[in-house]
Amino acid sequence: MEHLLSLFIKSVFIENMALAFFLGMCTFLAVSKKVETAAGLGISVVAVQAVTVPANNLLYTFFLKEGALSWAGMPEVDLGFLGFISYIGVIAAIVQILEMALDKYFPPLYNALGIFLPLITVNCAIMAGSLFMVERDYNFTESVVYGVGSGAGWALAILLMAGVREKLKYSDVPHGLRGLGITFITAGLMAMAFMSFSGIQL
Amino acid sequence: MSQMTVKKALLSPIFDNNPIMFQVLGICSALAVTSKLETVFAMSAALMFVTTFSNIGISAIRNLIPSSIRIIVQMVIIASLVIVVDQILKAYMPAISKQLSVFVGLIITNCIVMGRAEAFAMSNPVGLSAADGLGNTLGYSLLLLVVGVIRELTGSGKLFGFNILTPITEGGWYQTNGLMILPPSAFFIIGFLIWGLRTWKTEQQEHD
Repeated sequence: MEHLLSLFIKSVFIENMALAFFLGMCTFLAVSKKVETAAGLGISVVAVQAVTVPANNLLYTFFLKEGALSWAGMPEVDLGFLGFISYIGVIAAIVQILEMALDKYFPPLYNALGIFLPLITVNCAIMAGSLFMVERDYNFTESVVYGVGSGAGWALAILLMAGVREKLKYSDVPHGLRGLGITFITAGLMAMAFMSFSGIQL
Repeated sequence: MSQMTVKKALLSPIFDNNPIMFQVLGICSALAVTSKLETVFAMSAALMFVTTFSNIGISAIRNLIPSSIRIIVQMVIIASLVIVVDQILKAYMPAISKQLSVFVGLIITNCIVMGRAEAFAMSNPVGLSAADGLGNTLGYSLLLLVVGVIRELTGSGKLFGFNILTPITEGGWYQTNGLMILPPSAFFIIGFLIWGLRTWKTEQQEHD
């Protein structure tokens, strides 16, 4: 239990997807102008990440890993090279299902998140969650915790960023630096702040 | 966009319409792999291969793809190309493949590839799409190269692993700047590069 808790804290703060690994940067920079939209996107990332990482973990353990097909009587088959295409397929499918389910059962939430859901398929944070899970050999429980944690870390980062950018509107930024330039520098400063977590061993 | 020439498709993404600095595409990998020049080259070459060929492939079958499932079709083409690149890297350059770790796989979700496929290859002939893919990755590689040179030179006094400014730890004079090795420096460098570019080309400035 302690081990899972430390994995969660680690994936939220120390190995923050956006600010320590720079994943999901395109959406991070593009959709962080307002706190409201950032919150919507953050919540949908947590939801998608919490489902896709465990799903890909099952896929990896029972189909793709070397020797994983032994339950089907083919112990020498190694389908590891099919990894990328299967993970992205799972992600695309789950995002689609989530979109349809939300549309049917929670229309207000769907209207709030609607435009962001398709964006999530190509958010590198989601794909990276699955790839890190494979690289670090997490088991099923760990992958659930890691999925929720890394999603929550990303959501936290984009919320903070949106908060900073809303305040930034009132400041007088040099012309060439307006918009993207100052956003990059803000993100850099935030990443430095998050690096102060990096010495912590859990 | 009506009189798009091959030359324009190839050259405009380098400064006027740089994928990273203007279109805000493909930033994740730009930040993560630039601490060493070796990885910059491997990453740029891999991305160049994937984008050019995915643009060619998607443009060749653009009239056959039903628009409702186009994203999945594009994904399948891109993912297959990335698998090829990943297998080649693993077989011939295992060290670099280890260093790039998940970032090779992340080429699939690199917005440059998807963005160009969706915005350009779906509506233009094969030759132009190939030029556009190559041009965009050239713009990407150029920026990565500049950031990589700054970071490796100031961060560890080396270029390509060779000592240029001999660091104090190895009996030289150069006090290495540890911040430059760390990831946040990439944000600052790209931020300042954008500032420079937009001061030069004022029409790219944002007003809000």
